[in-house]
Formats: sequence, structure tokens, C-alpha cells
Amino acid sequence: MTAGPVTPELEKAAERAASKRGFWISSPAFFYLILFFALPLVLVFVYSFATRDTTGRTVLRDWNLSSYERLFSSVVGEIFLRSIVLAILTTLICLAVSYPFAYYIATRPARVRNVLLIFVMIPFWSNFLVRTYAWRVILGSDGPISQISQGFGGEPIRLLFTNTAVLIGLVYGFMPFMILPLYAALERMDWTLVEAARDLYADGWSAFQKVTFPLSTPGVVAGSILVFIPTLGAYVTPAILGGAKTVLMGDYIVSQFLAARNWPFGSALSFAIMFVMLLATVFYFRSGAKSL
Amino acid sequence: MAEAAVELVGVTKRFGDDVLAVDGIDLTVNDGEFFSLLGPSGCGKTTTLRMIAGFEFPTEGSIRIHGSEMGLSPPNERPVNTVFQSYALFPHMTVSENVAFGLLMKKVEKSDIEGRVARVLDQVQLSRRADAKPSQLSGGMQQRVALARALVNEPEVLLLDEPLGALDLKLRQAMQVELKDLQGRVGITFIYVTHDQEEALTMSDRIGVMNNGSLLQIGRSEEIYERPASRFVADFIGDINLMDATVAGADRVRLGNGVEVGIDAVGMKSDARVTLALRPERLSLYDLDEAIPDGYNQMRVRVTRRMYFGDVYFYDVDGGTGAHIEVKEENRPSVELYDVGEEAYLVWNPKAGNLVVD
Amino acid sequence: MNEGTAQGRLADRIMAGNAWVVYVFLYAPIVLLIVFSFNENSNVAIWTEPSFKWYGEMVRNSNVMGALRNSLIVAAVSTIVSTVIGTMLAIALERYRFRGRGALDGLAYLPIIIPDVTMAVMLLIFFFQAFGIINDLIGVQLKTGLGTITLAHIAFSISFVAVVVRARIAQLDSSLEEAAADLYANRWQAFRRVTLPLIAPGVAGGALLALTVSLDDVVVTQFVSGSGATTLPVYVFGLVRRGVTPLINAVSTVMLVASMFLVAVSLIFQRGAEVRGAIPTDAESLLREMTDG
Repeated sequence: MTAGPVTPELEKAAERAASKRGFWISSPAFFYLILFFALPLVLVFVYSFATRDTTGRTVLRDWNLSSYERLFSSVVGEIFLRSIVLAILTTLICLAVSYPFAYYIATRPARVRNVLLIFVMIPFWSNFLVRTYAWRVILGSDGPISQISQGFGGEPIRLLFTNTAVLIGLVYGFMPFMILPLYAALERMDWTLVEAARDLYADGWSAFQKVTFPLSTPGVVAGSILVFIPTLGAYVTPAILGGAKTVLMGDYIVSQFLAARNWPFGSALSFAIMFVMLLATVFYFRSGAKSL
Repeated sequence: MAEAAVELVGVTKRFGDDVLAVDGIDLTVNDGEFFSLLGPSGCGKTTTLRMIAGFEFPTEGSIRIHGSEMGLSPPNERPVNTVFQSYALFPHMTVSENVAFGLLMKKVEKSDIEGRVARVLDQVQLSRRADAKPSQLSGGMQQRVALARALVNEPEVLLLDEPLGALDLKLRQAMQVELKDLQGRVGITFIYVTHDQEEALTMSDRIGVMNNGSLLQIGRSEEIYERPASRFVADFIGDINLMDATVAGADRVRLGNGVEVGIDAVGMKSDARVTLALRPERLSLYDLDEAIPDGYNQMRVRVTRRMYFGDVYFYDVDGGTGAHIEVKEENRPSVELYDVGEEAYLVWNPKAGNLVVD
Repeated sequence: MNEGTAQGRLADRIMAGNAWVVYVFLYAPIVLLIVFSFNENSNVAIWTEPSFKWYGEMVRNSNVMGALRNSLIVAAVSTIVSTVIGTMLAIALERYRFRGRGALDGLAYLPIIIPDVTMAVMLLIFFFQAFGIINDLIGVQLKTGLGTITLAHIAFSISFVAVVVRARIAQLDSSLEEAAADLYANRWQAFRRVTLPLIAPGVAGGALLALTVSLDDVVVTQFVSGSGATTLPVYVFGLVRRGVTPLINAVSTVMLVASMFLVAVSLIFQRGAEVRGAIPTDAESLLREMTDG
């Protein structure tokens, strides 16, 4: 420590020392993420331009755009469209059901709220695979739903392996991701604004429409992103609940690496889907959110 | 001559390239003094305090505590302690643990620590809450814990950053008295940052008024109040009447309405433009036919407003000087009341008020 | 917030009804699964009598037990490592300014938003390439297995831990750390005695999250484990694709109950911290941490 008066140079030196400390504290994370995340990401990008030889191996020369060209083929287009439609549907259904739910919780007294929230979080935290598998059991032609309909004299319902089954599974799996941000936004809202609206002659519905809902928009956007993005690339849920006829992006990508052994194409697909998701995220941040 | 407790020479703080928070301050705080840094929000007083404590380093300048240059010493190596605005009590520790923290860090003997903590808790009357957690205490009690936690370390200087801001009025006034007494008994130098000029006036031995990073005036409370050296200081402290005037001699100035009044103007150039600063309580209203004390200034005015404040009356009067003038009269039976529209003489002692040039 | 109007009361009742439906929707599959796991009958859908038969089978099944053991090992290691690294990252980002901080901030968020399929592909290619280069350089052919799985899990867990811990640090009054320094604590003492105890709930929350994502992961693990070791979710996933069996029900119930137990423990721990007078935490705060910075 200096025993003399401070000068601008000394002050800067002190700032630089503090700055270096910060860098060192972040360095394990920094190096780990560079090595096991950034670098792999670059590799995927590189692979997407590579070629696949006759034995199925990836050859890192003869760089070309054929994988990307194939992205625009009708097969891929169909799969991509199906995935997007499914993701949008899932998001909308989640939103429609979760909003009144979150609103209800947010408007209960504090102690009740805590209990209600804990009961939402328990399924949220429990194993995703298992929760999805449970629907496989339920929706089977021998499952409870079918049994109930048969009990009423109807036919065995075959919901399994259809798009509907996948939709149900996705809504089930990701609903908590919609509930929680919505709840957070509603809970932190200034409810005296609603009172002000009522004071200015608005009825319940108008107050909601013109005050509450607009103010909860960050929550709506956050929840939508948190549902849309994983749903778009979903693999496990369609694999368990969907059929061979309904191929979605997740499964299509996986098959390039396991079955079809076309790594360059798979890389291009992965990169494309990631690009779409990054766009969605940027849109989210632009809409004023400060973080996830 | 006793060493100054704290000495700042040419202290400047610049944040980034464009924010000049503190601009070349020279300041000496005497040993055992209760010194206040007073100014509006953003004037740099808190930044100055933080530089003395060591939470920020100056961009330039020297900070000496009892002669030792602080330089780039970190806060844990400085012989000062701070009472924070938010109290900054450690929420996961009890009152005793909070108070004992500094002694623990300085590796004082366990048995000594217990005794010293008990003594200081007694001083702030919190002995019975020694095992409570901060969240269980009221604002006033938390404030006293913060004080105890700092004082137990017997620092050379105690720094207080608007410690009473979060308390309600009555409690604040009670704490002001307590703090002043405490400082007198303990004898430690206090440097107190506040934006409340009443607080500064009642508690301090000396006050330093700051604005926009500069130290505008230092002096005893009476000096700052009675002889403000600049328009800003005059306006910031209490109510003041500021009248444009021109120097008309060594002991007179001419006001905007042409009337000449007596005031000490020694050393000022003739015809120089100045401001006459007069406190409302130094002005009186006299009937037009009343006898006026010898040598006093007088000016004919008309009452435009009268406001009742319980213990005093405030009058706005117009004498043609350009702006209305405020007069403060005690609400006593012997003091006459004037109605709106009435004409009277505005009377004051030429020794009251002063001239401000800036 | 409830209007006393008839319109308000009706809306409230509709929402309450909706809430009930949602809760039933969320829990019915779980409950059904647990119930069916005790079904004696090997035809999953037809209920005969309660029995522990399938749990016995599960314990005797060496594949299942092996996969379980692997899952626990990987989860334990990845949780510990990612919690330490993630906490350090959170501290650096919240309390320090340094060059590259902005870039690191962005980089740290990517693993959260990236789809797990892409992550799986990335790491597969990475290990493939890396092993090839290492083989060329020193002639040792590394294999995929528990090691690569653990490395992969750490890679995506760090960010999750960092988000949760950052939220906690942001809530922390920074003048507390200044007060510690003012009271003669050096940087390490201030961290150990003031910062760490106060961010502990956040660190625990981050660790729990890391544990959960590790135990949940299917795709990334599947890709980077190759024919080597396998974890429980991946093994179950393989079984499920071939059909529903009572064995799977039993295994699933165990996984389910275990994860629910973890949540309960963490929530109790949070309440404990709240009672001890640390920063008040409750379901809402934990939730807020996870969905908002």
C-alpha cells in the first residue's frame, strides 16, 4: 500500500488490480465454458460444411453447402413446419390455461400463495422422463382413459402415437415453465393501479384488459419463450408419445447421428434450429426483459 | 498544536471520463470535533466520506488521518469506522455478534471482547436485546446497534452517512440529541454527512457546505447561518431574502427601488453589483407613525400576504425591490398584527445580514 | 384485489375451478403411475392386487442398479463441481468489472437457452474430434463413458447454478460487504463470514437445480455415453421405447419419489434459513430466482 497521495495513475493501477481479481475468480467457469461449450459449438458449425463419405464417416475436406441446401428441401420443410406448429400450439394452450391459474394464485393471501406454489413446484422438479412416461401408460389402448370410454360403451381410444398425444405430453411437461414467470410478473405488479382504474369507472374486465394484462406482458413473453424453445427441439416427449409417422425436428436430428450417420447434415440441422431459437431469445430480450 | 484528525488536500474523484463527483476539496477536521458535511443529493458529500473510509480511492489528492497518509489503503486497514445509511447490520448474526465483529477481526482476546461489547451495548441501552437478530428490532434500535458496532472499536474517527434518514421526525430529533451527547462523552471525532440543514446546524461544531463536488464554505453553525459566503449557501440554509443591490459606499448599498440602506461594505468597489442577504427573523414591521430605533434601516412596504404558523407569523411584503420580501414575526401579544394591503415600514439593524458576491 | 361485484365473484369462481383442473392435471398422471407400480398384474392396465413384486425385481435387475449407481455418481460429481465453478462465476459477474465480462455474461446464458439436442450433438462431435486428436498425438484412445457424461453434465449445469446464485447475490445489500471491510475483515474473511452465509440459500438452490438437470438428462447423456456406461434415465428411455412394463413403473416411481423428496428437503432448508434470520426466502423468491434474474 502506498504511503503517498493518490494520483490518477495510482488510482488506475488499483482499478486494474481489482479487475484482474475479478477475472481470476471467473476463470474456471470461463475456461470450462470455452472448452466444453464454445469450442464444440464451433465444431458443429465446421462440421455442417463437411462431407460424408460412403462409409458414413465424416470427412473434413471438400467443404460444401450441400447440407444447408438440403435444409430447404421439402422433407425438412415439412418436419420443421410441423415442429413449429406444434411448438406454437403448445405455447398457446399453456398460456391459455396457465394465465388464469397464475392470476388465481397471485390474488390469494400470502400464506395460501406459498402453499399453492409449492404444489406447483413439486411436479416441476420431479423427473421429466417419468412424468412423460406416465402419459404413455395413461394414453395406451389399455390405459385408464380408454377403459373409461369403453366402460361407457364406446370404442377403445387410441390416443397414443398421435400428434395429440405429443401435444398433451408437451403441454404437461412444460406448463410449469409458463406458470412460474406469469406468476412472478403478476405477483410483483402494483395492484393499486387496478384500484385506480376502478376509481376511474372501469369495470372488472376493462381493468384487466387495460391495466393488468398489459403490465403482465413481460411474464407472458418470458413464459412463452421458456415453453416455445424447448418444445421446438423436443426429443424425449415425441419419442415416447409420438408415432413413426409424426417426425419432429428433435428426432430427425438425433437420427442423423445414430441411424443415418450423416453428421454434416445433422450439424446443419442443429445449427439451424439453434439459430431460430437465438432469434426468439433476442426478441425476448428486446422486449425489455433483463434476464431469463 | 493538536494534530488534525482528518486532512483532505486537493481531493478529486472522477468516475469514468465525464462524472466529476468531487472537485479539488481541501478540508481539515479537528480532533474531537463534530463536523458535518452538508449539501443536496448528488453534491459529493457521500463520495467524500467513502473516500475517507476507503471504499473509494480518490482520483487525485491526499487523505491523512492523524498525520498518516491513507493513500490506497483498503478500508480494513484504516483506523476509522462507518455507520451506514442502511445500517448494514449482518442479518445472520445477533446484536452481540454484530457488535463484536470488528474486535473479532482485530483478534482481540475473547474475554476482552465480551466485556467491551457489554459495555457499549449498555451505553446505547440495548443490553436486553443482545441476543436478538436485527430483523427483530425497530429502526431506532437497529440504528443504535450500528452505532455500537462502530464505537466498540474505538476508532480515531467515526464516519456517519445520513444515519437518521430512515427514522420518523420525533425519533430523529431524539437521536440527534443522543448522538451529540454521545460524541461529547466519548470524545471521538465525528464526521457526519447529511442533507438536512437543521440537523447540521443543531449538532455540529463546524459545517462544510458542498454543492456540485465543491466545498463552498466551512465554518461554525452561526457563521454559516449568519454570514453565508455565497448565494447557494444562503439559500440552502434556512429561509433567506436575497436582494439585488449596488455598492454605494463603505457602509451602504442601494437597493433596486432606489432606497439606500446601511450594511458593512468595506473593501468593496463602488457601484459593484452585490446581493444583500437578510434572514426573515431579523426583519420587523413598524407602523408608519412608530418611532424607529436609531441607525436602523427602514423601507416603506405594503403587506401582500400573511401566514399563520402557530408560533410565528410570516409576512410577504412588497417594497418595489423586484421580488417580495419575507418577514418573520413572533406570535406574541406585544407584537402587532398587520393586515394584507396595509402599509408599514420594514425595519432592520444594519449589522444583520451580509453582502454576497457571486 | 377481489372485487366485491358479482362479475368479480364469478370470475373468481371460474378461476378457482380452473386452478383445481390444473392441479388434477398436474398430479393425476403421477398418482396413477405410483398406484400402478404396486399392481401385481403384469398387464399394466388391469388392476389385480397390490404388491411389491416389481420393486423386488427392480432391485435384482443388475442393469437397472448399475444405471442407478452411474446416475448417482455422475450427478454427485457434476453437482459439486458445477456448484463451485458456477458460484465463482456468479460472484465474478455480480461483484467485479473486468474486460470480457459482457461476453462471459452472454456465454454463460447460452447453455440454458440452447436446445438439448444441439448440446448433445455439440458434445458428441467434440469428444469424437478430441479423442481422435489425442490418439494421433499420444496414441491413447480414450473412450466415452462416465467421464464424458460427467464432463457434459458440468458443462450445462454451471450456467444454471450461476443464474440462481446471481439472483441471490443481487438481492444482497452490497454495503454489508463494505461494513465487513470497515470492521477490519480482509477479503477472504468478509467472504467467509458475511457473503457466503448470506448467499448459502442461493448456492443450495443452484446445487439442487444442477442435481435435478443431471438426473433428468436423457439426450446429451445418450449421445456422449456411446456404448459405454449408461445412466438410469437413458436406460429407462431405452426400455420405454420398447413398451410399457410394470418394471418400468416401479423404477419410474422410485425416480419420481426421490426427486420429490429432494424438492421437499430443499424447501425445508429454505424455510430453515428464513427462520434463522437470513435473507427471507420462500417459494416465491426461489421461483423468482429461476425465472428472472
